[in-house]
Amino acid sequence: MARKESPSVPTTPLLKDELDIVIPTIRNLDFLEMWRPFFQPYHLIIVQDGDPSKTINVPEGFDYELYNRNDINRILGPKANCISFKDSACRCFGYMVSKKKYIYTIDDDCFVAKDPSGKEINALEQHIKNLLCPATPFFFNTLYDPYREGADFVRGYPFSLREGAPTAVSHGLWLNIPDYDAPTQLVKPRERNARYVDAVLTIPKGTLFPMCGMNLGFDRELIGPAMYFGLMGDGQPIGRYDDMWAGWCVKVICDHLGLGVKTGLPYIWHSKASNPFVNLKKEYNGIFWQEEMIPFFQAVVLPKECSTVQKCYIELSKQVREKLGKIDPYFNKLADAMVTWIEAWDELNPSGAANGTAKGK
Amino acid sequence: MSMKIEDSEVDIVIAALCPNLTSFLEEWQPFFSRFHLIIVKDPDLEDDLQIPAGFDHQVYSKSDMERALSGSSINFSGHSCHYFGYLISRKKYIISIDDDCHPARDNSGALVDPVAQHITNLQTPATPFFFNTLYDPFCQGADFVRGYPFSLRNGVDCILSCGLWLNLADYDAPTQIVKPNERNTRYVDAVMTVPIRAMMPMSGINIGFNREVLGPALVPGLRLVGEGKRRWETVEDIWSGMCAKVVCDHLGCGVKSGLPYVWRKDVDAGNAMESLKKEWEGVKLMEEIVPFFQSVRLPASAITAEDCVVAIAGMVREKLGTLNPVYVQAANAMEAWVKLWKAVGSSKV
Repeated sequence: MARKESPSVPTTPLLKDELDIVIPTIRNLDFLEMWRPFFQPYHLIIVQDGDPSKTINVPEGFDYELYNRNDINRILGPKANCISFKDSACRCFGYMVSKKKYIYTIDDDCFVAKDPSGKEINALEQHIKNLLCPATPFFFNTLYDPYREGADFVRGYPFSLREGAPTAVSHGLWLNIPDYDAPTQLVKPRERNARYVDAVLTIPKGTLFPMCGMNLGFDRELIGPAMYFGLMGDGQPIGRYDDMWAGWCVKVICDHLGLGVKTGLPYIWHSKASNPFVNLKKEYNGIFWQEEMIPFFQAVVLPKECSTVQKCYIELSKQVREKLGKIDPYFNKLADAMVTWIEAWDELNPSGAANGTAKGK
Repeated sequence: MSMKIEDSEVDIVIAALCPNLTSFLEEWQPFFSRFHLIIVKDPDLEDDLQIPAGFDHQVYSKSDMERALSGSSINFSGHSCHYFGYLISRKKYIISIDDDCHPARDNSGALVDPVAQHITNLQTPATPFFFNTLYDPFCQGADFVRGYPFSLRNGVDCILSCGLWLNLADYDAPTQIVKPNERNTRYVDAVMTVPIRAMMPMSGINIGFNREVLGPALVPGLRLVGEGKRRWETVEDIWSGMCAKVVCDHLGCGVKSGLPYVWRKDVDAGNAMESLKKEWEGVKLMEEIVPFFQSVRLPASAITAEDCVVAIAGMVREKLGTLNPVYVQAANAMEAWVKLWKAVGSSKV
């Protein structure tokens, strides 16, 4: 049963020994200076994309491990081909090597945002709150997160559903530069997201959404193996669909295993608008392929025997090969990579399957 | 695909459960005065209504209901009198706000015009097939996010708009007993589409809908044995809202939730205990009602709200009827409602 915070002294557990912050980067980590008050207690896993001979400067005082492409190749051997190169999708390597229960991942062009009162937002703290308290995927609560202070379940909400489901994913949002696709960026280059929506809500079971990897927390033990960010970037016909792909796989598996996905708070401040023409080239195939990918994911049925995330994921890879393979050979490669990912995950994390232990708890 | 709703296409339905509507209507005057009002008097209310001047309105009372009903068994007492207003209206759109609500203020301190917001919600598309993480993509300053399929960006007609409440939230009796002092002070600046097949509790306190398409689906079906005059002593709108959601999903239309807010008056906390005795039945029934509606699948032959309601009524009788007589009554009421709607209601403006 959810425990509500005492209104007079709200405390969120730091989880400093249970959470890793995964940051993909190709440039530098100057942005960490602004996050220092919130991030310094935590261990960072930095995944350096691009040229491995370049040195990435990590600001003083952070506890971190850093992996470049040489490290990825060394650690995974032939399986390294499932990790993207020259794309932030490589961040999922960080999920795989982490030994912690929770992951928070953030892009290096994301800064601390302010709430409407002017107070700086501790995004990590909000993600932790979201992950530690239940989700409500089975019935929509019109007052959004019922476990938040000052809110509750509304009239008509069945009591048997009020314990909720474990939260596997906490999807945060962005002020300033919104996460638009290239066509929208081209049409609306000046649009900025200035609307602070003070809500966390659970995305209902059976509903898909576009998961953005810029400001994302998740329970690695519950859903980690499904957080594969696919084959993107160098040598691939698609880019900027890494987090989307992971999000659709994750949601389908969460729905199957009875886990929840939340979206909404916290906001970060997204400072960089990437070049829409470059983006258009990367996204081009994705824009067409998503018209097939979405109906595919909407129709996926996972058999009851798939009781662990890995089993669900392997089954998903089979269905990807069978149903999406005919769109483009890319999907056969992707299906192979999905299997390789799970093999690599299990090798690096031998203690046991992530089984969405929701049902046992 | 956004269209323009004219003022002349809208009726505002007010259910008068108390006789003196003077301060209520005077307060709402800036937002209501352009519209035609249908004021429905609770048939159990004996006192005459007090209505201030300056409103284009029509009052309906027990005698009008008896005339229209002519033998039908529908019970319009208490909050169910709203439905008479929905039935008798000749307009395409209805907006309804409870008589214990005041205009709310948004985060900038400005008064919120819920009528205008419901109209905006109803005239812009809904997006039930895929969740947009920036909420309503049609509102200014927002759009569809990366990864939202282009083929789904036209959206579908929004035919039901569910607003929210500041101050006294729409909680059930047990929650009010446990948290008598909790007040909703959080103004969430968003409208969103409730996804297809996601069920939700619709509160009848602050809604707008397309009467032409959805009207018959908002049905005074479920009446608690001990139903009272306070919202938390009823579940009729919860039942009605689930019917409406199932029908919307089947017809390929959308339901929105979120803005606008209204400010709901405080009540005497002592009443919550009494209310629990009346509402407890409803709380128990929800355990059966929710799984039932989640499992409803309507036949392709049901192409109007009337068809859908008749089909649902049959399923209620078959699947819930044996559990509790209140469901048999609900099924009967739903069928009677459709007959009444066909006889008395107008399906065209």
